[in-house]
Amino acid sequence: MNVVELAGVTKVYAGEVAALRGVDLEIRAGELIAIVGPSGSGKSTLLHMIGTLDRPTAGTIRIAGHDVGRLSDRELSALRSRHLGFVFQQFHLAAGVSALDNVADGLLYSGPGLRERRERAAAALERVGLGHRLGHRPGRLSGGEQQRVAVARAVVGEPPLLLADEPTGNLDTAAGAEVLDVLSGLHASGTTIAVITHDNEVAGWAPRRVRVRDGLIVADGTPRPRRTPSGAGVGDGLIVADDHVEDAGEVTR
Amino acid sequence: MSEASEVRERLSPSRLRGRDVLRVGAAGLRARPARVFLSALGIAIGIATMVGVIGISSSSREDLLRQLDRLGTNLLTVEAGQTLFGGETRLPTGSLDMVRRIAPVTTAAATGSVDATVRRTGLISENVTGGIAVRAADGELLTTLEGEMRSGTWLNAATGRYPAVVLGSVAAERLGVTGPGVQVWIGGRWFTVVGTLGALPLAPEIERSALIGFEAAARYLGFDGHPTTIYERSADTAVEAVRDVLPRTVNPENPEEVNVSQPSDALVAKAAAAGAFTNLMLGLGAVALLVGGVGVANTMVISVLERRKEIGLRRSLGATRGQVRTQFLAESLLLSMLGGAAGAVLGALATFGYATSKDWPAVVPSWAFGGAVGATLVIGTVAGLYPAMRAARLPPTEALSTT
Repeated sequence: MNVVELAGVTKVYAGEVAALRGVDLEIRAGELIAIVGPSGSGKSTLLHMIGTLDRPTAGTIRIAGHDVGRLSDRELSALRSRHLGFVFQQFHLAAGVSALDNVADGLLYSGPGLRERRERAAAALERVGLGHRLGHRPGRLSGGEQQRVAVARAVVGEPPLLLADEPTGNLDTAAGAEVLDVLSGLHASGTTIAVITHDNEVAGWAPRRVRVRDGLIVADGTPRPRRTPSGAGVGDGLIVADDHVEDAGEVTR
Repeated sequence: MSEASEVRERLSPSRLRGRDVLRVGAAGLRARPARVFLSALGIAIGIATMVGVIGISSSSREDLLRQLDRLGTNLLTVEAGQTLFGGETRLPTGSLDMVRRIAPVTTAAATGSVDATVRRTGLISENVTGGIAVRAADGELLTTLEGEMRSGTWLNAATGRYPAVVLGSVAAERLGVTGPGVQVWIGGRWFTVVGTLGALPLAPEIERSALIGFEAAARYLGFDGHPTTIYERSADTAVEAVRDVLPRTVNPENPEEVNVSQPSDALVAKAAAAGAFTNLMLGLGAVALLVGGVGVANTMVISVLERRKEIGLRRSLGATRGQVRTQFLAESLLLSMLGGAAGAVLGALATFGYATSKDWPAVVPSWAFGGAVGATLVIGTVAGLYPAMRAARLPPTEALSTT
């Protein structure tokens, strides 16, 4: 089953060239995918499309089966609260609030009461290896720890799809590796993850890579067929995408 | 590819609980305590002014009403008026006895104007009267006015016949007389002060008088024996009836030449007049409150600008536009309520302090507190509405992309 389906998605910002020029993309449940491209390639716009934070100029987007174009703003909010988790390059943690309450806020718009939110937040922090840091404020955590708190906030509601926008962009190599480890663990337990990055090293860590350039997907594939943890079929993973594979050499190695 | 069967899920956002609305609203305030303090201060000053003004004028009115209770409203005064053609009139000499014969009248007394001045010595010019009148007074005057002696004794049958004088409180002060035994110069001869009176709120003219007995006035100062003012008290229930018969009783020939008045009316009028001053001050308080509201709106607009990322994050977590709007509205309401509560306390303290210094009972009517709460609710809503709508309209991508 596809968590994300994009068909002919185009996005034109007012007075600018098209940021996306007809993108087709499918992400299956349980996949770990890296969307790679230089700055200005349209990968951030692509993330906004998948994350339902913005609407396409043309084309259709389906998230968890819902046609985004047909949903009202309220319904999109509900969709985000149930199906999507976001991790941003700049963590976006509230400064004066403990790690526990930062994570608990991830459930604020999903319905549970404060006590349940905190219990689940503690469990989520445990999952990202920060069970001993519940009461710490963001200022007293390292960069890697802060990003792990942000990951915990994104997954505390157990969304089927986790979107990470340059999750290691503000971190040194060691801290970045920590965060990627956490994401690998979540992927192993069944979460579908899409990571946006310009970093080839990060891209190399993901089993499937989608290369974006000038608003188009120029390559989509895995270096080698491999069984995804969710048990998707062997053949399914290997899709070296269509005609414009200029960068394919770089990707498939 | 079509998983139409999957798409049966209803996507409706869950409601934010009241407690959570308060939590997110308060979280925004906790992050910036200094700014919160300053913008709440504006509201606090406005509310404190209004509560204080209402409290102080209520306390003053309460004091007047209590004074009125103490002094009673059953005192009437009868004065000689004017003829139809504007000439001076006099009350008949027997009028006091006539008043005493009215059944509900419990006590009555008369004073008569004497054409003389009072000075410390004959060396002082006759023109320097200090605004003190010389009056002949009836022995019952002290009882009728329910006055008290500050020092010395009241006129009696003996002292009323000789050059003895009792000074009203203001007259004594102006003459520099502190107690009995002093001599003052009245109408060309020495009179001995036998006592001074305490304050008489219902008869301020007596406070400014030098009082001598009827007989002494006639003997030494050529007084004609006609009273100018008669004071009488009756049972509370009969005041109106007595008032009606007084003119005919006092001057059966020309009842229209007699003026009857109720001195307590002046106090009642004073209590009512306290409101006129209050309205002006309330207007000032309202302006202060308005300025405070503008301050809150300004704070909220800046807060929304600064917190675009937070707004974007909340939208990505699934907050609807309405929930973002609610959050900022709650923040604005909390901010102004904070100021309102502080202002109400300050206003009450100011009332208490001022009333205590004036020896008034401190009274802040509960409607003043109710009004303060209402005003802050309105201000918080109005000030927060525009910033909250701006926050809600912010597209999530724009909010997240600002670095």
